[in-house]
Amino acid sequence: MSDWIDIAPLENVPQRGARMIKTAFGCVAVFRTAEDEVFALDNACPHKAGPLAEGIVHGKSVTCPLHNWVISLETGEAQGADEGRVVSYPARVESGRILLDRAFLKARVAA
Amino acid sequence: MTQKLIVIGAGMATGRMLETLVEAEADYYITLINGEARGNYNRIMLSPVLSGDKTYNEIVTHDDEWYKLYKIKTRFGCFVQNIDRENQTVTTDTGEVLAYDKLVFGTGSNPFMIPLPGHDLEGVIAYRDLEDTQRMMDLGPAHKCVVIGGGLLGLEAAAGMAARGVDVTVVHIMGHLMERQLDEAAGYLLRKALVDKGITVKCTANSKEILGKDGHVKALLLDDGTELACDLLVMAVGIRPNVKLAQDAGLAVGKGIHVDDQMVTSDANVLAVGECVEHDGAIFGLVAPLYDQAKVAAQTLMGQQAQFVQKELSTKLKVTGCDLFSAGDFADGEGREDIVFRDPARGVYRRLVIENNVVKGAVMYGDTADSNWFFGLIRDKLDISDMRDTLIFGPAYQGGTPLDPLAAVAALPRDAEICGCNGICKGQIEDAIAAGATDLGAVRLTTKASGSCGTCTGLVEQVLAVTLGDEFVIPAVAAVCGCTAMTHEDVRRMIKSQRLISMPAVWQECGWKTSCGCHVCRPALNFYLLADWPLEYQDDPQSRFINERKHANIQKDGTFSVVPRMWGGITTPDELRAIADAADKYAVPTVKVTGGQRIDLLGVKGEDLPDIWADLNAAGMVSGHAYSKGLRTVKTCVGTDHCRFGTQDSTGLGIKLEKELWGSWTPHKLKLGVSGCPRNCAEATCKDIGVICVDSGYQVSIGGAAGMDVRETELMVQVATEEEAIEVIKAVTQLYRENAKYLDRIYKWMGKVGLDWIKERVETEGPALVERFELSQSIYRKDPWADHVQTKADRYRPLANLSLEAAE
Repeated sequence: MSDWIDIAPLENVPQRGARMIKTAFGCVAVFRTAEDEVFALDNACPHKAGPLAEGIVHGKSVTCPLHNWVISLETGEAQGADEGRVVSYPARVESGRILLDRAFLKARVAA
Repeated sequence: MTQKLIVIGAGMATGRMLETLVEAEADYYITLINGEARGNYNRIMLSPVLSGDKTYNEIVTHDDEWYKLYKIKTRFGCFVQNIDRENQTVTTDTGEVLAYDKLVFGTGSNPFMIPLPGHDLEGVIAYRDLEDTQRMMDLGPAHKCVVIGGGLLGLEAAAGMAARGVDVTVVHIMGHLMERQLDEAAGYLLRKALVDKGITVKCTANSKEILGKDGHVKALLLDDGTELACDLLVMAVGIRPNVKLAQDAGLAVGKGIHVDDQMVTSDANVLAVGECVEHDGAIFGLVAPLYDQAKVAAQTLMGQQAQFVQKELSTKLKVTGCDLFSAGDFADGEGREDIVFRDPARGVYRRLVIENNVVKGAVMYGDTADSNWFFGLIRDKLDISDMRDTLIFGPAYQGGTPLDPLAAVAALPRDAEICGCNGICKGQIEDAIAAGATDLGAVRLTTKASGSCGTCTGLVEQVLAVTLGDEFVIPAVAAVCGCTAMTHEDVRRMIKSQRLISMPAVWQECGWKTSCGCHVCRPALNFYLLADWPLEYQDDPQSRFINERKHANIQKDGTFSVVPRMWGGITTPDELRAIADAADKYAVPTVKVTGGQRIDLLGVKGEDLPDIWADLNAAGMVSGHAYSKGLRTVKTCVGTDHCRFGTQDSTGLGIKLEKELWGSWTPHKLKLGVSGCPRNCAEATCKDIGVICVDSGYQVSIGGAAGMDVRETELMVQVATEEEAIEVIKAVTQLYRENAKYLDRIYKWMGKVGLDWIKERVETEGPALVERFELSQSIYRKDPWADHVQTKADRYRPLANLSLEAAE
């Protein structure tokens, strides 16, 4: 069973924007698209660990601010000619609140 | 034995339920109680009544004859005071006590009134029933009305009144209209259609207070200080299920009255239907599910098996001339893809959201003829993989092969219009080609086709290709990005000629192929729009690179660097102390002097930014904009103050220039230099704009660079006074802002347009350019640090800290 952690109200993340969450094992970036979907990825680009939470969000992708790698918010895969993948976590919105899956976050310990 | 049924509320749901019961000759004595002094009518047809397309009598669904025919006893204009569930009786406000075997709630919903100061003034109404509609109809031409709420209901109210000549303004808190059903692009088209009907639309508008005079509404005050005068104020911001009576009767109530799949409440003898119910967490405002509920409730009352199932819903707007459709959902969920189709000339927009080869949602504007077919695909979850390529064109194109665009152009008759701006037909272009025009430029020159707004350029090229065959190859122009085939220059031309003032407007009118752009085009469009429409356009931080969004330079490890402004390169011991203190306090690892004579604090943590800025602001320093595509620094030498060669006060001029130009956004970074003599200690001749002071005045030169390309500036003009030098520099900066491609430095732009063209424009249009520059500066010359410290400091901190949480 999923165990969802309530993170914050949706409006605390701007549309087409992101915010960062601290965990004991590094940072997670939470993204909000133009259509109010939320996604969560490790906040480090597979290329040179750029902070994805600072990137430009477009469609269901984010562009890393350091070297313009485009990462899919859904799969964490680098798009186009680039290769690499960033870990993604289940995230959803319920009653205007952002929820993340505790089990997946905990799995970071093993990773 | 015949049972007694009491129905509370004569709305659309209970109306349908009663019909089902009487048609099946259900064995009930029925009593219908209604608060409004009338029976069932079709509430969703109030919009046509308001606009004058229908009369009230035409929307009555059940009249007195009907109730008489089916022996339904009615109590209209009557309220239920109390329900005794133990003894199964209902007490009305006239003191009548009625017994029931079964009771049905159809109490509907109440319009939600925002508790703004002044909401209880006379003339502030909701849009809910016939009385409200009558109030709006009675307003009369030339009167003013403000509608709060840009959703379905608010827009129908606005359009209805506008049709009767009322001066209507719609105030909407969100960024675009009907944001729950539409995406930005469709919202833009809808807004355009409403504006064409004479309705004023204000989005991102926060209502602050309703102002009155002698107890009657006078105006709506927005929190930006705008006052909208009105004789009537309609609040159409939403509805809430009317649950008070059910609550008092002790029924289970959440957002609405809880019902199961059979529409039975927590009391087996009590049912509920319509807007007052909550089923499986959902409440209902559209009519289709209400009718489904009505049927299920009737069947339950008759002891039949029936089950209410929530279905996909679609929305249409009942405003003449606004062809709009949305269905399914276009949010929530992973693995979704978009197919977008735009036809700027016809004002058509279609968007499908697809997941695993199934259509999940559809938004259409302008041409909704195929909406039922798309809705069917959503509802029936059909696999569309076979028709994916042609899906967006609708059912007519399914089963065939995709059309060759050239074949379509070849098939056009000679009198088919190609260029709408200049009224040029295909035949005229063919004639021009026959007369020797073999490329786009020649066709433009001889026919004017594609010479105005430029959207038909592709079409003209296709006519060339069809007519000339292999002799003509459609040129591959460098498009802005993958979202469009247009060049930067074409997009800029469109923004100006078509007065496009928002990003969705550009996406639609220039036929963007994605729903909302990408990291390449959005920063460029954001700049073009704010450069061309400083007053109207609202800057979009989410379309800016992180450096500009957070007003600091991102470094390789994700930390930031901060540069306080030192006007003209001059500083004081106090400022240096403040910088040193800030460096200590925030453990800044590196303090560096930049090439532009400023001090760079490198390695500041993102979350410390607002605090370090607050400290630097307190010491009198503002943002140095070292991160910006805008004015960065004016580098100076010491000039006449101390130098034995200096001819003019170069430091003073540098300070003046920096104070005039700071905060201005430009296509790329902009660096200036002022040297006091031709020895050029400020290296002014490798800056974007350089000034060399000489005995007789000031030489202004432009187009230098010391980056990937190294270039010397070229002399633009020599003037006699500081004032003239400043004017010329403002004029050339504005010309650059208005014309250059995003990310072109001045030297690249100059390479395209030529120095002579720049000289001529600055000479002939100088004062107008300066005026436009000043106008823009009146909005954008501000210190972003001070602003963000006050309003956005939270955004710099982590959204949450789960360090402890995850360690458990």
